Amino acid sequence: MTNALLRNARLIDPEAGTERLGWLRIEGGRIAETGEGPRAGGIDCHGACLAPGIVDIGVKVGEPGERHKESFRTAGRAAAAGGVTTMVTRPDTATPIDTPEVLEFVTRRAQQDASVKVRPMAALTRGREGREMTEIGFLLDAGAVAFTDGDAVTANTKVLSRCMTYARSLGALIVGHPQEPGLSEGAAVTSGKFASLRGLPAVSPMAERMGLERDLALVEMTRVRYHADQITTATALPALARAKAAGLDVTAGVSIHHLTLNALDVGDYRTFFKVKPPLRDEEDRLAMVEAVRDGLIDVICSMHTPQDEESKRLPYEAAASGAVGLETLLPAALRLYHAEALDLPHLFRALSLNPARRLGLEGGRLAPGAPADLVLFDPDIPYILDRYALHSKSRNTPFDGQRMQGRVLRTWVDGAVVYDRAQEKAA
Amino acid sequence: MKFSQTHLLGIEDLHPMEITMLLDRANVHAEAERGSRQHGEPLKGLTQINMFFEASTRTQASFEIAGKRLGADVMNMAMAASSLKKGETLIDTALTLNAMHPDLLVVRHPHSGAVKLLADKVNCAVLNAGDGRHEHPTQALLDALTIKRAKGRIHRLNIAICGDIAHSRVARSNIFLLGRMENRVRLVGPPTLIPAGAADWGVEVYDDMAEGLRDVDVVMMLRLQKERMDGAFIPSEREYFHRFGLNAEKLSYAKPDAIVMHPGPMNRGVEIDGTIADDINRSVIQEQVEMGVAVRMAAMELLAENLRARREKGAA
Repeated sequence: MTNALLRNARLIDPEAGTERLGWLRIEGGRIAETGEGPRAGGIDCHGACLAPGIVDIGVKVGEPGERHKESFRTAGRAAAAGGVTTMVTRPDTATPIDTPEVLEFVTRRAQQDASVKVRPMAALTRGREGREMTEIGFLLDAGAVAFTDGDAVTANTKVLSRCMTYARSLGALIVGHPQEPGLSEGAAVTSGKFASLRGLPAVSPMAERMGLERDLALVEMTRVRYHADQITTATALPALARAKAAGLDVTAGVSIHHLTLNALDVGDYRTFFKVKPPLRDEEDRLAMVEAVRDGLIDVICSMHTPQDEESKRLPYEAAASGAVGLETLLPAALRLYHAEALDLPHLFRALSLNPARRLGLEGGRLAPGAPADLVLFDPDIPYILDRYALHSKSRNTPFDGQRMQGRVLRTWVDGAVVYDRAQEKAA
Repeated sequence: MKFSQTHLLGIEDLHPMEITMLLDRANVHAEAERGSRQHGEPLKGLTQINMFFEASTRTQASFEIAGKRLGADVMNMAMAASSLKKGETLIDTALTLNAMHPDLLVVRHPHSGAVKLLADKVNCAVLNAGDGRHEHPTQALLDALTIKRAKGRIHRLNIAICGDIAHSRVARSNIFLLGRMENRVRLVGPPTLIPAGAADWGVEVYDDMAEGLRDVDVVMMLRLQKERMDGAFIPSEREYFHRFGLNAEKLSYAKPDAIVMHPGPMNRGVEIDGTIADDINRSVIQEQVEMGVAVRMAAMELLAENLRARREKGAA
């Protein structure tokens, strides 16, 4: 059913920056019309919030190579349950997505199994080894929306500059991971009082600024389109602001974990809080929230990184990095709303509108003509998060046992319902 | 106006009239090569030494044949396997050689500017057979002669030079020569292989073959060196061929009578489709090789005339 009328909903429109009670009509999988006030017929949303579905840049799915951690089927279910209607997948799989052949495999698997839209990113260098560039032209033709080596920072600046120069001629977007690779090597936490007391190898927040400054200098040189996957430290922000003011085609993201957690959450070596880059001080977290509010940081993402139980059940230093986030992205982001740091239209600019725009995708909007990729949620329902209730194949969430407020009720992709909480509860 | 050069180090040093003189003289030799094979032995009694500090088969053979047909005593020195390995500097090699009184010295060296450095230290005429990424003047001259014979003129043509411009001495010499003769030159290639600042050379730069080849009279392909893959200049041979390799479809953007050139050796299926290279109606690649001998004859002959004149003056 790709025709529907949704009435009595709080319409969150990130483009117009408004929220108003009204209705939305879906026709042929697209938004046909929206309006204010009451209307008869259709589905009563009981005043819940209706927003454009989340476009999550940087989702790791374990295909190919690590399907035991996450498959397209389970990732799709988790995404749908979290209001994520487009997963922009990472190429840092066990077999890196660095050739058109692997990309085509991934695209086919996604079409077969994932209930939400999947747009793949491809590796920037072969094997993510930072030596030879990938077939950026062929990969673009095969559907890659961006190019990134993820956390395998290209240490060789000459190689990176050539990749950027080549990418520029094809209009390709490069996603960087701002981090000085030498300084951050082996680090498990951010340096400071806490790290020293716990005796963990640490990295200065300055490593992020150094990595970003280098990347931005290369962007100025090559004029490539660039997105920093995660900016997490206050010290890196002035460089980002300067680049934007200078008119460079630069955007930046931040993971939900760095917006809602800080280094002290690691507490007693809790490995579910080990992420890359490591969690920062509270001052940095507050600076990131402010940067999202000011629009300096454009995108909030989940950095969904599934890890199996065994890879986390290790000493902190040896444990794998990353946390699942598809399902917790919206509930955690609503903490910022409840803390009155961001209003809902603003939140969905960073979750839906900006990432879609950056990748040249149609979604992220509540306007007529846009695809009916939608999420209906109640921002107020309180509950305690149980990681075993997650749809993801891996359950490594730092929010386990935490009080959350806000739940997804229903999710649509191209007008079709891909998640319905009422049905799930009944079943 | 007369040909006033002591050496042939680069096209950059040549006046348009000197280029014309070289081409006219070369054309005479080209015709003689096809007919009587009589050139009158203008280099008789002169010693020509070919010093190649970088391996070469084609260029060295071409210089050797040119010298021999004009009556010179020709000697090849494979410098890549010689005194340099024993630690001798380039200048010492030049001085040693100079003491043997050669008349014509043909030099190829992997470093830009090395041939000039050597020319400053010797008393004979030096011909640059390629120095690093700098110049390869006889290649540009043979290309010009080939174009002139095919198109009837070597001015006011639209010429596209395609591929690895950044590492190519052939490209630089051709840009000098074709620009000096008032042609419109375009450079086409991936931006990683277009040198910085090329747009300020008085040429047009394209990163798309369809646009770059539109309505050109001449398509000049350059060799892609395989080691370029390691340096992350291009992703792969197959993507390079897809975007920048010359095939029938891309050639269709050029004028219907456009000619196709390649300095050789070719990588079929990398920068050029084999059927294009073999198309006798479009490809002048074999003629380029033929003109190479004629152009080298003309260059050595004109330099030898100046050398003899200088020596007579010195003796008088």
